[in-house]
Amino acid sequence: MDALVQILDATLRVSVPLLLACLAGLYSERSGIFDIGLEGKMLAGAFAGAATAAVTGSAWLGLGGAILTAVCLALVHGFASITHRGNQIVSGVAINFIAAGSTIILGQAWFAQGGRTPSLEGPARFEAITLPGAEALRDVPLVGLIYAELISGHSILVYIAFLMVPLTWWVLYRTRFGLRLRAVGENPAAVDTAGISVTWLRYRAVIITGVLTGMAGAYLSVAQNAGFVKDMTAGKGYIALAALIFAKWRPVPAMFACLLFGFLDAASIRFQGAEWPLVGKVPVQLINALPFILTVVLLAGFIGKAIPPRAGGVPYVKER
Amino acid sequence: MSAPFAKLPRWVDYGLIPVINLLVAFLVAGVVVLLVGENPFQAAGILVKGAFGKGQNIAYTLYYATNFIFTGLAVAVAFHSGLFNIGGEGQAYIAGLGVVLVALNLDAVLPWWVNFPLAIVASALLGAAWAFIPAILQAKRGSHIVITTIMFNFIAASVMVYMLVGPLKPLSSMAPQTRDFLEGAQLPRLGWLMEAIGFRVRSAPLNVSFLLALFMAWAVWVLIWRTRLGYEMRTYGFSARAARYAGIGETRIIVIAMLISGGLAGMMALNPIMGDQHHMSLDFVSGAGFVGIAVALMGRSHPAGIVPAAILFGALYQGGAELAFDMPNISRDMIVIIQGLVILFAGALEHMFRPTIQTIFATLSPRTMGVPAAKGGGA
Repeated sequence: MDALVQILDATLRVSVPLLLACLAGLYSERSGIFDIGLEGKMLAGAFAGAATAAVTGSAWLGLGGAILTAVCLALVHGFASITHRGNQIVSGVAINFIAAGSTIILGQAWFAQGGRTPSLEGPARFEAITLPGAEALRDVPLVGLIYAELISGHSILVYIAFLMVPLTWWVLYRTRFGLRLRAVGENPAAVDTAGISVTWLRYRAVIITGVLTGMAGAYLSVAQNAGFVKDMTAGKGYIALAALIFAKWRPVPAMFACLLFGFLDAASIRFQGAEWPLVGKVPVQLINALPFILTVVLLAGFIGKAIPPRAGGVPYVKER
Repeated sequence: MSAPFAKLPRWVDYGLIPVINLLVAFLVAGVVVLLVGENPFQAAGILVKGAFGKGQNIAYTLYYATNFIFTGLAVAVAFHSGLFNIGGEGQAYIAGLGVVLVALNLDAVLPWWVNFPLAIVASALLGAAWAFIPAILQAKRGSHIVITTIMFNFIAASVMVYMLVGPLKPLSSMAPQTRDFLEGAQLPRLGWLMEAIGFRVRSAPLNVSFLLALFMAWAVWVLIWRTRLGYEMRTYGFSARAARYAGIGETRIIVIAMLISGGLAGMMALNPIMGDQHHMSLDFVSGAGFVGIAVALMGRSHPAGIVPAAILFGALYQGGAELAFDMPNISRDMIVIIQGLVILFAGALEHMFRPTIQTIFATLSPRTMGVPAAKGGGA
């Protein structure tokens, strides 16, 4: 029981950056802008967050710095793919490289610790929050354990991330902005005919993407870890992209996809080298590759079909 | 202004605009150097000297360029068919298995000039095989090839880690790499060729796979512009609907283009494994698959552009290593930034300066633009 709660606890923690990045991608892709650059924006956010927090000593300013940086990169993506109608995939790839290179170069130049940022302590980091009554309830069987260990004791960003799921659902399906956002990803010409600016709508979506990837980055470097390490996103942006496809571009399934991929990650660390009945030893590499394999299988249409937003990846040309 | 891109003279399209895009990319990179607190002009000087200063450096530059010619051609062939193969990295990585399959089994038995063709075939086959699944999924099930090839990069990385810490590692060793090859699987260096034209080369890893890369560049040109298949690929890339109407088999084009693309990416594995290290180690591709994207974009997907673009990136890699030596603040990761900027300005923002250039041309010489001469003149 304890072991299970521990794994689930670890699952929650590792799925938070996936979830934030996944929701980030959801806004952009639902508006018809493919975003391969989630990874880069997250990485840049992580670096900017840790650097700002290290210099100012405030985790909140770190979060702000992370969001600002990620939004800037998101605007570059928007400028290339919305204003200049460039190839969205190419632009995303470019952003990943720029982020990967500049975080190391700037980190080394500013802090001279081999690309790391100084270790964060105290108020420069998001500390775990103990929810009210967690200690009192700890001895209650089952419920107490789950509440005290699993639900309580995370940093504020974890709660924000999971609150973003219903919020995104509400924005997407219950607001005018959400309706237009979904429409512009399916048929921008119709939105344009209705007198709504496709450009401005897509820019707003891309900015939201920037904000959320910035939060994901800040979570990595300011909450989960105590500083930035070179290449610390390690493919999480791509796993988030996989989760987004796995969830068929819907917010609530996105959460479950991220939890599933997070669980795989947590379990692979926990059960490294363990023997299983029937199958024997499962190579840890197989478990690491599982999110990608599952996504390919899903994309192949063997378990349901993932249909992307129809106008995704196609720049909108107002008139010919 | 109804047509977004009016016609410009060819030399502007294929010469001036790419050069301007490249200059802007380097300008922004210079700003990053400034941010780091170094002098960008001095940095550029060290870089150029490090890449071309001595025969030795040139040989290293060409060694790196070899990798990028292969991966650049791979991306370009897919581009011509309207496909974006981001999976060059994974295809080259997996192709390493083909190279070591030949090398480990035959290096004691056969000479290099027998093993080399075998390894070429094996690496191309494995690279193509790794591209086949995304291709067939795109053709038959409509799965987006960009996403599947990205996923396959990660799957390839997992497979190779598994192979290199497990089955391929000699029992006596701790390092995740294969045993060193014997003479039969070591490609001859090309130092003598450089010395024949008057350069002094002590020991640079430039080897015969460079010649293979040049041959492949020619072969790709023949394929794309001089064969029926190439014509069909370009047609499909230009307009899938027109191709379908003309009776060009969609599945066939997608699969063949991706197989060729994967095969070319796969051949990249020959250069570091058989040409330089003489064993396969973890992450031997080290990003060459992605550099191929920048190279193909910069070279406008034409072999005549890809080879110089690959040499430019080879120079950046080699010069960057020297630069990191002289300016410790600028590590080799500077190249990653430049690579990203080139992809951004030569790829995603390739048309950014076009309207301005069009306006300039329209004012300077209306006739080159096909615009009737201004106002009073009539046409």
